[in-house]
Amino acid sequence: MPVTIAIPTPLRQFAAGQSEIQVEARTAGEALDRLTAKHSELRRHLFNDQNTLRNFVNVYVNDEDIRHTDGPNTPVKEGDTILIVPSIAGGSAVLDEATGKDAGEPQAEMPALLPMLSNEEVARYSRHLIMPEVGMTGQRKLKAASVLMIGTGGLGAPLGMYLAAAGVGRLGLVDFDVVDASNLQRQIIHGTKDVGRPKIASARDRLEDINPHVEIETHETRLTSANALSLFVNYDIIVDGTDNFPTRYLVNDACVLAGKPNVYGSIFRFEGQASVFWAERGPCYRCLYPEPPPPGLVPSCAEGGVLGVLPGIIGAIQANETIKIILGAPDIMVNRLLLFDAWRMRFRELKLRKNPDCPVCGNNPTIKELIDYEEFCGITQAQTETKPTMEEITATELKQRLDNGDDIQIVDVREPHEYEIGQIPNSKLIPLGQVLNRMNEIDSDRETVVHCKMGGRSAKAIDALQRSGFTGKLINLTGGITAWSNEVDPSVPKY
Amino acid sequence: MRQHGERDYPFECCGLMLGRFESEGGKIVIETYPISNAREEEAKRNRFLIRPEELMRGEKYAHEKGLDVVGFYHSHPDERAVPSKYDLEHAWPTYSYIVVSVEKGRAVDLRSWEMETDRSRFNEEEIAGSVSEARP
Repeated sequence: MPVTIAIPTPLRQFAAGQSEIQVEARTAGEALDRLTAKHSELRRHLFNDQNTLRNFVNVYVNDEDIRHTDGPNTPVKEGDTILIVPSIAGGSAVLDEATGKDAGEPQAEMPALLPMLSNEEVARYSRHLIMPEVGMTGQRKLKAASVLMIGTGGLGAPLGMYLAAAGVGRLGLVDFDVVDASNLQRQIIHGTKDVGRPKIASARDRLEDINPHVEIETHETRLTSANALSLFVNYDIIVDGTDNFPTRYLVNDACVLAGKPNVYGSIFRFEGQASVFWAERGPCYRCLYPEPPPPGLVPSCAEGGVLGVLPGIIGAIQANETIKIILGAPDIMVNRLLLFDAWRMRFRELKLRKNPDCPVCGNNPTIKELIDYEEFCGITQAQTETKPTMEEITATELKQRLDNGDDIQIVDVREPHEYEIGQIPNSKLIPLGQVLNRMNEIDSDRETVVHCKMGGRSAKAIDALQRSGFTGKLINLTGGITAWSNEVDPSVPKY
Repeated sequence: MRQHGERDYPFECCGLMLGRFESEGGKIVIETYPISNAREEEAKRNRFLIRPEELMRGEKYAHEKGLDVVGFYHSHPDERAVPSKYDLEHAWPTYSYIVVSVEKGRAVDLRSWEMETDRSRFNEEEIAGSVSEARP
């Protein structure tokens, strides 16, 4: 369909002096491709070496900036006008005066400065090298690149393995956790022999085995507001494989402040999400989720479960986008949020927009340094608020009191399929969702210990019962049946 | 342009130059059109940004007066009046780029540059005469 492209003044000399040119196209990107095919000198002013629009080139279809619609895929119809509008940017750090060229910053001659590949590496990466989209230059870009992975768990496992296999030159790993048997159902970077080892040590062994040409840097630490920025500045790209909200907001804000792309993934039960948050080019995580959910509303994987293969799929998507950013590929998942449902096998995509009022990446940011993310997510507050009102008992104390013959009823608020895995003797199963309707089944004249897997849901059950006027004495079992298995009866399986 | 650079020191100032393109490749600047630097506070010391909507507004103003946007000026606080690598990466051909060097709050130098059409470098241009500042 014929559409009209308005050529801005400075570019008319490359378009035979014309101010308007008609081309046949179905999308804005196609229209620009046709235009630059006809007038090839225009291309270098509109597109960078990676074949994406230069960031100071703004393209409008009629009056809508295509960054706010579908980018280059924005459809155009007959009679539409495409406007190319410059934004003008610049700044100091001067060029060499005599030549007018760059005084010596290395980026200018990037291909010459990219590391060379040994014959051994050429053989290893041959399936990459024979594709023009990667090729020798792309593989050398991968070798020159550095990626910091936050977490070496479910998402970090496939991510690290594919990034190492692909030949990313330097991989940083941040984790403080130890391999647990319950990790092995999905964290395929760790093996049975690694149970009890620090995750970063186990991950390092696996990654070095996959590709000895990759430099692995391990950071055995919890990511905090104090160390995040100093860690991030040493890497090109940050990949978020975390499982909790405070760290997710911390990774996001630190990426915005350090100017790094944040390759995001998250998983829960059968559902996953992925995107690339990159404040310079699109929205950040806060543009999508300005506020965290109230603590406890969204259960963690430890509470809610996760299909083992799900992080494999989402982590591999994160690896894919990371490699594309390094290669300078088009259509990076900026401005898009991928939603995946493994149980129904459906992929959906949402368009994202930068929020101009975003507190960290908007026009007038209010967050200019890292904050206390536990507090921001309401976690420390929640603890101080709920603790004084709720009575707790440890598994060891409960066992002693039962052995003493104290009259205690035990209510298990987990789900029936969890109850099947293991129980505390003489406990009554009333799943959390039914607890209010079945309140009359709990004898208010007796002392009641309520438990779940870890202690979170039972606290909610007690809170709900008390708010609904239950008058009996309710005690929360600290650490749930997991603590019971640890402290009292190891024959009860942990899950 | 010098005054604007001094006023906004230690931040970078920026603005449009309105005038006419001459047949021999030269430009006549009739007015300047100051723009408030759209970069965030921390980056303003060494970066400037003119948003597309501001440029469009400036172009509209120019066209009403029978003028064109012929280029842009910006200041380099405590740096020479020579374009940076960042300027080169972000430059458009045809336009003139004037850089004002502002040392410790005083405009000490002002030079004009146009980018080579292959984007490889800036070439310095000769400046003759002076201009007056328009309303913001």
